[in-house]
Amino acid sequence: MVNSESFYDVMRRQGISRRSFLKYCGLTASALALGPQFVGQIVHAMETKPRTPVLWLHGLECTCCSESFIRSAHPLAKDVVLSMLSLDYDDTLMVSAGHQAEAILEETIRKYKGRYILAVEGNPPLNEDGMFCIIGGKPFVEQLRYAAKDCLAVIAWGSCASWGCVQAAKPNPTQATPVHKVITDKPVIKVPGCPPIAEVMTAVVTYMLTFDKLPDLDAQGRPKMFYGQRIHDKCYRRPHFDAGQFVETWDDEAARKGYCLYKMGCKGPTTYNACSTVRWNGGVSFPIQSGHGCIGCSEDGFWDKGPFYHRVTGLNAFGIESNADTVGLIAAGAVGTAIAGHAAVSVGKHVKGKESENDKNEREHV
Amino acid sequence: MSAIDSVQNPVYVYERPVRLWHWVNALALVVLAVTGYLIASPLVAPDGEASEHYLMGYVRFVHFAAGYVLAVGFIGRVYWALVGNQYARELFVPAIHRAEWWDGLWHEIKWYLFLVPEPRKHAGHNPLANMAMFVFYVLGALFMIVTGFALYGEGLGQGSWASRWFGWVIPLFGQSQDVHTWHHVGMWYLVVFALIHVYVVIREQRLSRQSMTGTMIDGWRNFRDDRP
Repeated sequence: MVNSESFYDVMRRQGISRRSFLKYCGLTASALALGPQFVGQIVHAMETKPRTPVLWLHGLECTCCSESFIRSAHPLAKDVVLSMLSLDYDDTLMVSAGHQAEAILEETIRKYKGRYILAVEGNPPLNEDGMFCIIGGKPFVEQLRYAAKDCLAVIAWGSCASWGCVQAAKPNPTQATPVHKVITDKPVIKVPGCPPIAEVMTAVVTYMLTFDKLPDLDAQGRPKMFYGQRIHDKCYRRPHFDAGQFVETWDDEAARKGYCLYKMGCKGPTTYNACSTVRWNGGVSFPIQSGHGCIGCSEDGFWDKGPFYHRVTGLNAFGIESNADTVGLIAAGAVGTAIAGHAAVSVGKHVKGKESENDKNEREHV
Repeated sequence: MSAIDSVQNPVYVYERPVRLWHWVNALALVVLAVTGYLIASPLVAPDGEASEHYLMGYVRFVHFAAGYVLAVGFIGRVYWALVGNQYARELFVPAIHRAEWWDGLWHEIKWYLFLVPEPRKHAGHNPLANMAMFVFYVLGALFMIVTGFALYGEGLGQGSWASRWFGWVIPLFGQSQDVHTWHHVGMWYLVVFALIHVYVVIREQRLSRQSMTGTMIDGWRNFRDDRP
């Protein structure tokens, strides 16, 4: 497999007109929040750069990231990105199977040593020597380490690869471990979400191919352009939050009027993602718009930060279903009772002490 | 009782800035606890256009303003510990390196368990009070200031001063929701502190051998007897 074709060549070959190609470049520039002057740069990159090979591995996951990715509704993005990527290995999407598929993995790693991007969907379970996830007869963690050794960078697709997600929820029996804790010597770009937004996924890839560098990452390794703000910061229901207008039951008048879902346990204020701006399914809607609070699926350990429908969430530290308020009230109540008891004894002792002192004084006076 | 001048001389313990800090801080803590609780379990504004109301906005504003007062007060109090009298330092550095401090701590615990007939006299904090102040208040308030500004930084946005200084706190706890939860637990920790503090002060005012409540008003520690 020789990758001398540029992205532009591939697109033309697929019957995409130059006009559509330029439109795509313009839209990509705005999706990446770049100014119009960058359109030319994207066009130039697409026309001249050879396609970057991508290996897409699947560990312990549900394939919702792939499902999201192939639904990128951005005009042309589905065709373009799949062609652009030169997606050499993706056991879910590729035609070949079995030994043939595994041979491609080998070949790409050998041929593009240090130049390919490793996209990882899902994570490796480390318990029992990784036996909970077997790919091609070997534990997934071995395939991951092998493929990561010579890659340029790792993209951790989704909450599984970024944080661990549902399979890492307490008590995490398979010891499912996020990618950055296994691959420590390569840059890991986290694109969390369960799944991540399709346009976010394609835009991250496009950015890397266009500029030959990693996007700006925040302290936790997420691209700032999509994970720099909370859902809450750009939520269209935010004015109702500030006003103090909240939905209190799912069927109340406030719910019909589209008030803020904060009291229904919406995790928008603690969730970094682009749902309230990019939205889903081609910008049609996102959970809050459809009347349900955010469950915080792109945040670390969101499965263990429940309940999804309470604002003050559980304290796993105490091993019981209790939140900060129940623990606090019990503690304050216990201390209050103890104080009352202590005060009663103190007063009793004091009065008795006074009496005996008076007795003594009286006896002395007598 | 014998003539007033034979009672041990009063000691000037709490200087003016310490007293001012104490009462401003107490007020800030009450405001923070009430508004903090209301942020987690908000009041509901009357119906109507969102633009007509700003209830949650005001509650949060008051919380943040009181938070600044607490934090600035804390810094001021640390400064006064450096330049103030010897009693101003106790709060931050209990004298745990001294054997008599531990002996005093043990004696005070026994006094609270009704095992000894009377407490010892202390010009500053007794060792038990000193320990409780440090663990409950100094560590508690520091925790609330750090987690509080970490959460505040999320609202100000990435690159803001609060996010640059305290943003590291959030991944330390896991994610933002964990910081919210522990910040909320911290409120209850300080509520428990306040309950104990008020009870103990009233009890000591009545039963100990020295003044308590008055000392935080005029600064003077008066003693009730001449015995050591």
